[in-house]
Amino acid sequence: MEPISFLNIPTSPSIDKVGVEERVARFQTRSIKNESKRQGLKMVLSMIDLTTLEGKDTPGKVKQMCYKAQHLHDLHPGLPTVAAVCVYPSMVAVARKELKNASVKIASVSTVFPAGQAPLEVKITDTKFAVDAGADEIDMVISRGKFLSGEYNFVFDEIAAIKEACGKARLKVILETGELATLDNVRKASDIAIYAGADFIKTSTGKIQPAATMQVTYTMLMAIRDYFDETGIMIGMKPAGGISTSKLALHNLVMVKEILGDAWLNNHWFRFGASSLANDVLMQIMKTETGVYQSSDYFTID
Amino acid sequence: MAKQNKTESWEYAPSLEGTSHIQLKKKYDLFIDGKWVKPTSGKYFSSINPANEELLAEVAHANEADVDLAVKAARKAYNNVWSKMAPLERAKYIYRIARLMQERAREFAVIESLDAGKTIRESRDIDVPLACNHFFYYAGWADKLEYAFPNRKVESLGVAGQIIPWNFPLLMAAWKIAPALATGNTVVLKPAETTSLTALKLAEIIEESGLPAGVVNIVTGYGDTGAAIVNHPDVNKIAFTGSTAVGKIIQKAIAGTTKKSTLELGGKSANIIFDDAPIDQAVEGIVNGIFFNQGHVCCAGSRLFVQENIADKVIRKLKQRMESLYVGNPLDKNTDIGAINSKEQLETINKYIQIGKNEGAEIYQTKCDLPKKGYYCPPTIFTNVAQSNIIAQEEIFGPVLTIQTFRTVDEVIQKANNSPYGLAAGVWTDKGSRIFNLTTKLRAGVVWANTYNKFDPTSPFGGYKESGFGREGGLHGLNAYVKLN
Repeated sequence: MEPISFLNIPTSPSIDKVGVEERVARFQTRSIKNESKRQGLKMVLSMIDLTTLEGKDTPGKVKQMCYKAQHLHDLHPGLPTVAAVCVYPSMVAVARKELKNASVKIASVSTVFPAGQAPLEVKITDTKFAVDAGADEIDMVISRGKFLSGEYNFVFDEIAAIKEACGKARLKVILETGELATLDNVRKASDIAIYAGADFIKTSTGKIQPAATMQVTYTMLMAIRDYFDETGIMIGMKPAGGISTSKLALHNLVMVKEILGDAWLNNHWFRFGASSLANDVLMQIMKTETGVYQSSDYFTID
Repeated sequence: MAKQNKTESWEYAPSLEGTSHIQLKKKYDLFIDGKWVKPTSGKYFSSINPANEELLAEVAHANEADVDLAVKAARKAYNNVWSKMAPLERAKYIYRIARLMQERAREFAVIESLDAGKTIRESRDIDVPLACNHFFYYAGWADKLEYAFPNRKVESLGVAGQIIPWNFPLLMAAWKIAPALATGNTVVLKPAETTSLTALKLAEIIEESGLPAGVVNIVTGYGDTGAAIVNHPDVNKIAFTGSTAVGKIIQKAIAGTTKKSTLELGGKSANIIFDDAPIDQAVEGIVNGIFFNQGHVCCAGSRLFVQENIADKVIRKLKQRMESLYVGNPLDKNTDIGAINSKEQLETINKYIQIGKNEGAEIYQTKCDLPKKGYYCPPTIFTNVAQSNIIAQEEIFGPVLTIQTFRTVDEVIQKANNSPYGLAAGVWTDKGSRIFNLTTKLRAGVVWANTYNKFDPTSPFGGYKESGFGREGGLHGLNAYVKLN
């Protein structure tokens, strides 16, 4: 196969923000009730990348989160585990030790997350360190400064280089859409990431607002749709940051279903990057089972 | 490619809007002179739910004598009360009607969906709020007419006879009644025979609002009832929305009389997609343009023109999008396309689909299961269509789209204008200058740019050529109900 470079990827279509807002509003009027709600909520749980990305993270904190990842709410049997835990490279070894061979994956941010302001060699070293420590997935950030100054080739080549450094680990490419400002930019960055080798595209680091708005996620899902229609290759999607309620999570699933189809409705192809979503979903699940809301004190915080 | 996990399908469980809060009488009489009166003919007809063919209510069939009573009541109310009332007081009544409608919005929405087959999503989010807004908007004008028409003396016309269609029953009633009342006219309104119920519920609200008797009269019935209104010698103004064929009959009937008229008739509107358009939003605009309200929209974007170099992509994306449209029970909150309004209309639509096939156009319909009972038509598109195909010329008034391609701007302007109709058009392009170029050259009452089927009380609506004349909505809508000196 001919190596792909930025120069021969298709031109990104223009995006009309008003039209996107209207389309998104349509998804939000979908009414998810009863069995669909139960099924949807469990699906949401299984798609969560339980995340801690703080300067004050310690092995202790990560250990606790890894336990929570596998035991969301043991009082209620039959719940799935989350999809993955998401930590800094320095914590990957701790997580690997805790999770051993559990089905919960370990995702590590890399490329000098969240700003990404470092030379490529440092980013590659960062990535390899995380992979060697046992990360199954790498969440890299793109160089937004380069993107905004029009150096698309640079962004493309950087992603391709990190993809190579990932080896077997799956690569999620964080666009940090809150810094890209326009949906046109979001679409362009999505196309660059996908063609450069991303396995997943991801909205945000969670450090910048706005993060995973439905408009942004919609725009990225359309890029995935178009790429699939062109090539037959599936790309995953991970909205991250700002999705903290079950309702918003279900509306995201509605979007995935109606744009990409049921094939994407599993944690191999769709993830939520979130720290507080899980408990809200658990509360909703218990509500659908028991008919009453329980206080947040009945759900563990780890 | 990475291994794909086992996928299960995720379907939306039925999410039905409740009907326990609505009140429908078994039998509806005529609303004349502030009272419910039995029709002199003694005849009633059935209003059925097109989604399941069940009877909703019996509705009185007004004849000439009933219409005469209604016009007399309207005349009396005009002479004695309404034309003399201070404009600010008129406004208060109109505001009150608007607020009462808002309070009962949910009931209106459900009845509209039951009676007309339209989805609860649309009647809840579009029809009913817009109808309320028309009353609010025109209430505001009632005491400001001298500012609407500066340096002119504004007089009302008298009794307005209003005949409305079945596609937006309540909304059309609001479009007609609100400006007529605001300008000091009294009203005799006839809803369409398949969709009388929300107009009758509106009559209940009007009764509750304490509007003086006879200011608004609602007479239900068929075409003969409408003819009696049109031909009544004491009616000063005819406002009609409906088919071009009936519009022509009305024009003939009132020729030589002093009756003023506004006619809002059919359409075969062009929706034009250029290659620089935001393609996914344009596809959404195509869907809104033709599948909104089951395609029962006079300004539906039923003729799609796509620039040839992107035609394959647009059609592929359109088909994909169509597969995510849910057709079914109008009361399900997730239904995108409800029931066709009547058996007759379904037959008309199917006749045109057959014509399209016979003409050699390529048909594509979504693979959705239609309910066993009731009148349904899946979203349908025809590709390989030429301007000379019947299906590209005549109004189908259903969820049926014809797709033609074009190469240059001049060609598409010529083709878009090459129609006896001229109600609306849509233009999709990223280039502002191109939008302005087209809006000045397309002979259509409304031209939407990068959107479609957007309505607002402040914006005038109406057609060119066989799509009728006169404008409804906005400042222009007042003009249709006043005499200026």
